[in-house]
Amino acid sequence: MTTAVGAGPVLGADDRGGERLWWLPWLTVLAVLAALEALSRSGAIPEDYLPAVTTVLAALVAELRDPTFWLRVWETLQAWGLGLAVAVVAGIPLGLAIGSNRLAYRAVRVLIEFPRPIPPVAVLPLAVLLFGTGVEMKVYLVAFAAFFPLLFQALYGVQDLDPVARDTARAYGLGPIARFVWVAVPSAMPYVATGLRLSAAIALIVTIATEIVVGSSGLGYAINEVRYANDIALMYGIIVVTGVLGLVIAIMFRRLERRVLHWHASQRQELPA
Amino acid sequence: MLEVTQLTKTYGHGPSAVHAVGNLSFRVEPGEFVCIVGQSGCGKTTLLKCLCGLIPATSGTAVLQGRVIDRPPDKLALVFQEYSRSLLPWMTVRGNITLPLRSKGIDSTRRDELAEQALTAVGLVGSFDRYPWQLSGGMQQRVAIARALAYQPEILLMDEPFASVDAQTRADLEDLVLRVRDEFDVTVLFVTHDIDEAIYLSDRVIVLTPPPTRVREVVDVDLPRPRDQIATKGLPAFTRLRAHVFELIKRPADSAGDELSEQHTT
Amino acid sequence: MTRRLRAIGLESALPVMLVVVWWVASADSESVYFPPLREIVATFADVWLFDRVASDLIPSLVRFTAGFVVAVASGVGLGLLIGLSPLLRRATDPLVDFLRTLPKPAIIPPAILFLGAGASMKVFIIAFGAIWPVLLNTVDGVRGVDADTLDMARVYGLRRGERIRRVVLPAATPQIFAGARLALSIALILMVVSEMVASTNGLGYFVLLSQQTFAIPEMWSGILLLGLVGYLFNGIFVLAERRALRWHRGWRAAALGQAVDTGAAPARPKNIIPQAADT
Repeated sequence: MTTAVGAGPVLGADDRGGERLWWLPWLTVLAVLAALEALSRSGAIPEDYLPAVTTVLAALVAELRDPTFWLRVWETLQAWGLGLAVAVVAGIPLGLAIGSNRLAYRAVRVLIEFPRPIPPVAVLPLAVLLFGTGVEMKVYLVAFAAFFPLLFQALYGVQDLDPVARDTARAYGLGPIARFVWVAVPSAMPYVATGLRLSAAIALIVTIATEIVVGSSGLGYAINEVRYANDIALMYGIIVVTGVLGLVIAIMFRRLERRVLHWHASQRQELPA
Repeated sequence: MLEVTQLTKTYGHGPSAVHAVGNLSFRVEPGEFVCIVGQSGCGKTTLLKCLCGLIPATSGTAVLQGRVIDRPPDKLALVFQEYSRSLLPWMTVRGNITLPLRSKGIDSTRRDELAEQALTAVGLVGSFDRYPWQLSGGMQQRVAIARALAYQPEILLMDEPFASVDAQTRADLEDLVLRVRDEFDVTVLFVTHDIDEAIYLSDRVIVLTPPPTRVREVVDVDLPRPRDQIATKGLPAFTRLRAHVFELIKRPADSAGDELSEQHTT
Repeated sequence: MTRRLRAIGLESALPVMLVVVWWVASADSESVYFPPLREIVATFADVWLFDRVASDLIPSLVRFTAGFVVAVASGVGLGLLIGLSPLLRRATDPLVDFLRTLPKPAIIPPAILFLGAGASMKVFIIAFGAIWPVLLNTVDGVRGVDADTLDMARVYGLRRGERIRRVVLPAATPQIFAGARLALSIALILMVVSEMVASTNGLGYFVLLSQQTFAIPEMWSGILLLGLVGYLFNGIFVLAERRALRWHRGWRAAALGQAVDTGAAPARPKNIIPQAADT
């Protein structure tokens, strides 16, 4: 849809005052935390189900001094990063190559479309058989999950090349390789950036999932560990840590995407929030 | 019919305020065809939005049939410049025309009747079940006009409705508007930046100044009706009026003439 | 017609070849982990026609469907609410940001605490994971409705409810579907994971159990079936999308100045993918 500048307010609602209400989001967060604290302290929710927020925070702060905790964080980040890296190295060039050749695309279309809807965790048992329960297994699964969004975004990006740009390049006498490098690849970058953001998120989901199912390392394993030790407060604390990790990763890749989109016409106007 | 009195619209406050409409007064009598012309960016769209009750005026009033306009009036229909955005692409032509009638509480038989009548008037009877995007630009604008007519308005506002169609289609649509306004007996307030179009269509032309917008002069158009694209535009009177309006629009902002308009508008 | 046949031939050549290669190469396989394809197919027929359909397949499908439907319905509802109210959007912004980026498998343990290891826990996990792309894309879609379109609705006297139902919601459907497509794959992942972590039935449970008991052909048959299930849901989704967004394809094609042909399917709904707002 063509979007009006700023994609403004709807139904006569008014967007003014956004700057004046900078405190509103934080008020909501505080209110939610206070409500959770009250629910637990009053006994409305039993403490062994949901400890008070302050208890969770205290448990988490104590845990931050434990080197094992930081080892778990590292293990998760390692599997996530390596898996994503493998997917990037394999998926993006492959997508660009397939996308820029009609015949190649037609030949492999069914082949790459078929495994796409398979939930990546379905092959987890196989991965455990082949690689054990260590980091290789996690990297393999994460790479498998992160591969497809990257492959398809790169492929679509190349195929969506503006015909005018292509014809211009041809008119200026650029050969096929030069056209690929200087026209097709740069114009596919916004798609690739979107693919990266999606892949990064899915990679983290799969990392944590793997650690929870066949735990021997990482934050997912740590969650299981403290749960079996009945340290419920710390369990919530570690979940919060995974949330923060997810948030940081999301923000990082959104920034990257915006930078790439910056010069791209399809960038949507966003008002400073 | 429609009486606009000392209407102003200012966006923002203080030194950064933008005076889009500055003290505008004019009247439209029942059955009249009035055109508003002015250079682009002279606040025509803002004025129309005030008249439609979409945005409140900063000061002054617009009164339609004795009622102050503070929300979209029932007896008013608007034809937008951008037909591609004002027609809903997920609805057929029929759906687009009957949607406003549904809100009015008109039963479905009567809705279809009104829609068919309006669609016949704009010469598109066969397109009932097509989607807007299956039609050409000119045909889409006809659908938009049909939607306005089926709404049974007393006054029809048109915001540069033919700015996005080609010249031939434009001439056809101009004649179409003249025909349906007789057929449906509706008052028309037509905004355009095309001087020829304004003179060809209207009984009176309201010429606006650049912002802050005022009425520079109201020009009576005493050309004979029915109008004809070739005969009317060939008349010496037409040429004279065109030269006059052109001169009014080109005149620098702060010269005489603004006072003059006060007399004409009463 | 011959061109069509040639195209189909070209597209299916490689997959058919791979299956044949797999079949032939694995025929004499002694490997424990890679049994002959013949054996996998035989086991598949054995297990899934129809021994474990009622015990494992149906529960999985029901959980998935329930979770996905809840996610889409509440995602669209909440998305409308938030999209229509700038104040609410601002108020919920950091909370939504945190919840949507939280890796959902992490909340399986607390979900077990509250809901036990039964179906309700799994439906909750699936719904909670799948709601965010739908919600965010609905907000995006609602905010992106054209200003002229909204003005039209107001001038023509559409009441608020009607404006939402007939103007805002349809205008947002392309975005909503883009979100739902992402939600679908997340829901599938969470269905499998939740069944692997705590369950006594379901496809995820079956696959993991087969692996742990070294019933390798059974494990392969389960993986194969999960792939088919994913394929099936995706297919149903694409059909629904095509139906619901037929106008959008025509509208887009017309806007791009291409020939309009409402009957034919588009080359591919690629415009859907880059639009996904976020996970």
